[in-house]
Amino acid sequence: MPNKKKDYQIILASIQKPVIGEAGITGTWSKLKPVINSEKCIPSKSGKPGCFNCWLFCPEGVVSRTIPPKINIEYCKGCGICKEECPASAISMEEVEIE
Amino acid sequence: MNLVKVMDVQEEEYIYPGTRMCAGCAMALIYRFALKALGPKTILTVPASCLTVLHGMQGFCTTKVSVLHTPFATTGASASGIVASLEEKGLNNEICVVAFAGDGGTVDIGIQALSGAAERGTDFIYACYDNEAYMNTGVQRSGATPQGAHTTTTPGGKMKPKKNMLKIMEAHGIAYVATANGSYPIDIYEKFKKARTMIGTKYIHILSPCPPGWGYDPKETIKIGRLAVETGFWPLYEIINGKFNLSRESKKYLDPSKRKPIIDYLGAQKRFKGISDEDIEDYKTYINNLWDEIKKRIDH
Ligand SMILES: Cc1ncc(C[n+]2csc(CCOP(=O)(O)OP(=O)(O)O)c2C)c(N)n1
Ligand code: SF4
Ligand code: SF4
Ligand code: SF4
Ligand SMILES: [Mg+2]
Repeated sequence: MPNKKKDYQIILASIQKPVIGEAGITGTWSKLKPVINSEKCIPSKSGKPGCFNCWLFCPEGVVSRTIPPKINIEYCKGCGICKEECPASAISMEEVEIE
Repeated sequence: MNLVKVMDVQEEEYIYPGTRMCAGCAMALIYRFALKALGPKTILTVPASCLTVLHGMQGFCTTKVSVLHTPFATTGASASGIVASLEEKGLNNEICVVAFAGDGGTVDIGIQALSGAAERGTDFIYACYDNEAYMNTGVQRSGATPQGAHTTTTPGGKMKPKKNMLKIMEAHGIAYVATANGSYPIDIYEKFKKARTMIGTKYIHILSPCPPGWGYDPKETIKIGRLAVETGFWPLYEIINGKFNLSRESKKYLDPSKRKPIIDYLGAQKRFKGISDEDIEDYKTYINNLWDEIKKRIDH
């Protein structure tokens, strides 16, 4: 006879636990990370919110919409999209160690 | 409508970082902005695809939004079931049901259940992110693969043109049909926001560049997607209760002289390597005819 309680528990097990870094520290996928030059970055220079292309186009959502924008390199995959889409050429890709 | 600016977009992220998506995946970006627009009071249903993989392994989840993983052919049917249960509980006005599927899961495998749901006028959004092949299983051709593209099952380049899913969905007479593109995240945001407020079946088809499947460097994702719009191959538009509305970013391409040559788009991707002159001519004809039709619909 199937144990009713057990069946119910099996269904409950399909409820998933929210997790950051489900695929591990994905920042380790690439050594190259974007580094923002605040002297060139538009909102950093003006002190006013604006541009934020790096925030907008990052597929990983690891750039903050702050002045200056900050990049969470632990989960940045180093795709280089933010560098390509920066209108002020304020981003360079550099080798950065993840702690 | 007021122009949505970058600061107007929801700042909160609904996807936890560290998913399994490839670097430079446009689908991850599309999903990011779709969820920002939809918000937490949403239930998603997702068939087998790269998007399944984004949500992680059994026992874990990577989004702040509830997601049901559904068998391949059942996306439209599962969405109908969720809508029916919400109606039963009186929660259908509060919670939005969204099916999110790949092109294979939409234009081939899921088309029957989607067509059924659309014919019933089921109150939900169906979003298709179109990377133009079965990517999760290693780049097999789908009905949405464009002419001339190499996949593992079209080693000489696909001989048939891309299936016109937008026309098929429009023919259902549904409330909302729209195209979008991963390189225009604010446009994606606006369209999902709008669709969320409408009643009935809403269909959004989003072109989704894929670095390994299309053969280009991940950093080029936004440029490649933009070229699809700039060449006129992928116009951005909405059809709201039958009324055609060309989206802001595509307006200038009504003028053929503003369109970039299609070879700029095709030539930037390895999947089109060695594409024949006949295929390129077919693209030019396709684009001209597409825009003639758009022009007629706008003048009306
Ligand atoms: C019934 C069934 N057949 C085949 C598969 C294998 N499968 C998993 S994902 C996938 C490809 C889906 O392609 P698409 O819908 O375009 O999404 P993409 O992977 O490109 O994101 C296939 C064939 C499956 N999971 N279930
Ligand atoms: S894209 Fe460049 S200029 Fe714009 S906010 Fe980011 S770093 Fe600054
Ligand atoms: S390199 Fe790619 S993943 Fe990293 S911050 Fe820039 S856009 Fe995001
Ligand atoms: S194969 Fe393509 S669609 Fe799938 S995760 Fe990688 S880039 Fe994204
Ligand atoms: Mg696909």
